[in-house]
Amino acid sequence: MLTGLLLCILLLGLLALAAVGLGRHPLAGRVVHGGCLAISLGFAGLALAGLGLGLPEAPLALPIGLPGAGAASLLALDGLSAWFLLLLGVTGACASLYALGAPAGPPRSLPPFPLFLAGMAICLAAADAFTLLLGFELMSLASWALVAADHAEAENRAAARRYLMFAALAGACLVPAFGLLAAGAGGLDFTALRAAPPEGWRAAAVLALALAGAGAKAGLVPLHAWLPLAHPAAPSHVSALMSGAMTKVALYVLARLLLDLCGPLQPAWWGVPLLAAGACSALFGALRANMEGDTKVLLACSTIENIGFITVALGLVLAFRGADLGPLAALAAGAALLHALNHGVFKTLLFLVAGAVAHGAGSRKLDRLGGLIHAMPVTALAALVGMAAAASLPPLSGFASEWLLLEALLAGWRVGDIGFQVVAAAATALVAMAAALAAAAMLRCFGLVFLGRIRSPRAAGAEEVPRLERLSLLLPAGLTVLLGLFPAAMLGLAAPAIAVLAGPAALPPARGLALTAGEGASTYLPLAVAGLLVASLVTVWFLVRRRSTGATLRGPVWNCGFIDPPPWLPFGDPLSQPGAAGMAQPLRRMLGGSLLGATETVLMRAPGDPRPGHYAAQAADPSEAGLLAPLARLRDSVAGRAERLRELTIRGCLGLSFGTLVGLLALLAWLEGG
Amino acid sequence: MLLLGAVVVQLLHVALMLAAAPLLVGVVRWLKARMQGRRGASPLQPWRDLEKLLRKRPVLAANASLVSEVAPYVAFAASLVAVACVPSFSRGMLLAPVGDLILLAGLLALARMALALVGMDVGTAFGGLGAAREMSFSVFAEPALLLCVLTFAILAGTTNLDLIAATFRDGGLGLRVSLALAAMAMLTVAVAENARIPVDNPATHLELTMVHEAMLLESSGRHLALWEYQAALKLTLWLALLAAIFVPFGAAPAGAGPLAWVLGLAAWLLKMGVLCLALAVFESAIAKMRVFRVPEFLGAALLLALLAAALLFVSTGLA
Repeated sequence: MLTGLLLCILLLGLLALAAVGLGRHPLAGRVVHGGCLAISLGFAGLALAGLGLGLPEAPLALPIGLPGAGAASLLALDGLSAWFLLLLGVTGACASLYALGAPAGPPRSLPPFPLFLAGMAICLAAADAFTLLLGFELMSLASWALVAADHAEAENRAAARRYLMFAALAGACLVPAFGLLAAGAGGLDFTALRAAPPEGWRAAAVLALALAGAGAKAGLVPLHAWLPLAHPAAPSHVSALMSGAMTKVALYVLARLLLDLCGPLQPAWWGVPLLAAGACSALFGALRANMEGDTKVLLACSTIENIGFITVALGLVLAFRGADLGPLAALAAGAALLHALNHGVFKTLLFLVAGAVAHGAGSRKLDRLGGLIHAMPVTALAALVGMAAAASLPPLSGFASEWLLLEALLAGWRVGDIGFQVVAAAATALVAMAAALAAAAMLRCFGLVFLGRIRSPRAAGAEEVPRLERLSLLLPAGLTVLLGLFPAAMLGLAAPAIAVLAGPAALPPARGLALTAGEGASTYLPLAVAGLLVASLVTVWFLVRRRSTGATLRGPVWNCGFIDPPPWLPFGDPLSQPGAAGMAQPLRRMLGGSLLGATETVLMRAPGDPRPGHYAAQAADPSEAGLLAPLARLRDSVAGRAERLRELTIRGCLGLSFGTLVGLLALLAWLEGG
Repeated sequence: MLLLGAVVVQLLHVALMLAAAPLLVGVVRWLKARMQGRRGASPLQPWRDLEKLLRKRPVLAANASLVSEVAPYVAFAASLVAVACVPSFSRGMLLAPVGDLILLAGLLALARMALALVGMDVGTAFGGLGAAREMSFSVFAEPALLLCVLTFAILAGTTNLDLIAATFRDGGLGLRVSLALAAMAMLTVAVAENARIPVDNPATHLELTMVHEAMLLESSGRHLALWEYQAALKLTLWLALLAAIFVPFGAAPAGAGPLAWVLGLAAWLLKMGVLCLALAVFESAIAKMRVFRVPEFLGAALLLALLAAALLFVSTGLA
């Protein structure tokens, strides 16, 4: 099995080389994306086989690695890796299928795509710190190249630059985190790291560094500023993969570090930072998703929200495990894993829908679309499924994992410490608010893109996307429905992964076809709910139509007697239909002012003045002003000071070098002694 | 035998809810009219309105999509499933294991989403306005509801409605301050969710102040009948939910016979009558508030619910 995995990774490397070799050949795109599709399916198949039939025991040693004794790179597949590999396979397959059907991008975007997949697979399958970081950095670099692929536009260049900065930050935090772990263990492979869990300040430092490093890559608040820039800059199938799989790989690293390698004995308060960061991410992401006017930015903000949900669940696992509440830890772990998979699938679908809309109707801006359900019915149906799942409506996949998460949060008071209880109650409220905000954002997005009247002439000429592209939308849409109906079966598959997170005795929170919580007292039966919904739908339709037989008439819109538009406005007066800013107005006024610094400026002319009035609404992310701007100032001032070093005398230079050497030796002596 | 009883109770319950829903709306309207010194239409009037609407052919705007035709059925089905899970005159219904409070919130969200989609389908000013406001209100109502559920979950150890009602009835919890606070929070959420005064006015004729009705301006015929029926079902659901959680007395136990059912029905009708009267008094005594003051109203509910949970933390910590 591991050999097969290695073979797939090597094939991806070969595909990247082939893409370089093929260059501008017209078949290059088909070869690369077709290959990626096959290999992604291979990943998914391997992961399914591993989870269902049994995982390989011994790791596979590679003939590469760091110099030194016993430092060969290791590949292994345990429950957690296999679960995330399944997610990677599914999202990768959908994204590759879409890329096969969509119009080809610039040739330079081809070679990094297989490398991106390979990086994620290496990171997931790694069984030692060096290989994991190697894969992580390969993933970062390849995705940076994909974000920068369309570098003719200034904003894409800025997005790629910021993305690279955050990727560097993630690496700069994760390397010392693994270093601190390895310092006590004397080896880099995971078994050695697990055998020597960190204690005292080292443990706290690992927690902080892991949260910052993996959080920067996953998009946790306040390190989320790159997501809304990088996702729109990349081609749609790449943003689907970045949002669906890459952020999850970062969360995998977080879970691997904190829940596996740091040992099972960490205290319950370890969950609090994760809970706080996750709840804030959920709220900020969902609120920003309600303000944005570009479909892909909106979806990127919704990704921040869902990453927040998963982080909350991971924090709960830590807290419950620290308080010796095994079944509740399993519940929270099930919520985290299931939501990771569900979000991976429906967010891939939604990014592909955004790509299809941009392809078919020529724009990503909400204010230039509208009424596309008539021209693009299949895309609209797929979008409706994905958005209903993102709005966590039963019986779709988002609701199942949301139910588990809320049940885990509602059990948070059992940890016992009153401080934690209050934190858990606040997190419950924030998660519920974020879920409602997500529903509002998804409604706004679907309503503005697919419903209503057309907002631009280009959207009037919209056409349904070609067959292969439609297929690539219907595939994840079908998966979203299936995952929603059979979450208990998926949790059964995830049992090895739950055992890694919540302890070897943990059982998945499912019984038969039902999800359960609280020793089986609370249950969610998705199949029963879906059956009841369909049955009552059919009955109601039958009864109503028997009683009321008249056919539906069509007439001009009523609109409370609003006068008909003049003939030179064939799609109606655009000002009489709410736009992106208008739909955001209630939430901007209710929450945006305090949380996002949203402001509105209204310029109303005096009566009789023929000049047009003006209305503008802005919202600024607080992380820009609160974190990035001070950091940029700090960088400038440090750079200015560093310039002064060049003017030192030779005596000064020698003194500086000597001082650094002595300082480093002292540090080494202290670390050896401690 | 037990299963057969459960099936019969479930069917009777659904029939009762379907029959009572329009009547409940009629009773509230009649009570309000009497309090305002009018004679008021008969409580049967909503039933007659539904009859009339079903006879009429629906007219859709020329650019309306399939959404406008399907959404009324979806919203009605979701509300029906939700209402089938809330116990009325008897416990131990067939769907009792399905009746989870988080699922109820999800089903209501499904109905709300269907309604908001219809509001946006034709692209009119009022529909979009109503949809945006409705979703914004839910952003404050959902966390308050979830914190109430937290209080129940701490006391009963489950989110299953039937088990919560059983615990509150038999558990000897006594009068608890947290439950009183949670009850106030739930009442506030119920008022907002059902678009009643002071959040929204169900009888308004001014489009600019509409929220719920604004989304239905383009609906007619059987579609409008379904929407009105759905709103009535939702009101019934919330009142029955409040009665089932906070006044769980009088309901027939699982596996009881027809006599216990009749007694349970009488108790349920009494509870519903009191709640209708309370709603009518409340609506007559208070004025509608500005849209942007609704977050304060629902924020108070959120704080009350948080206080209820915090009080429980303190009391369990001391015990």
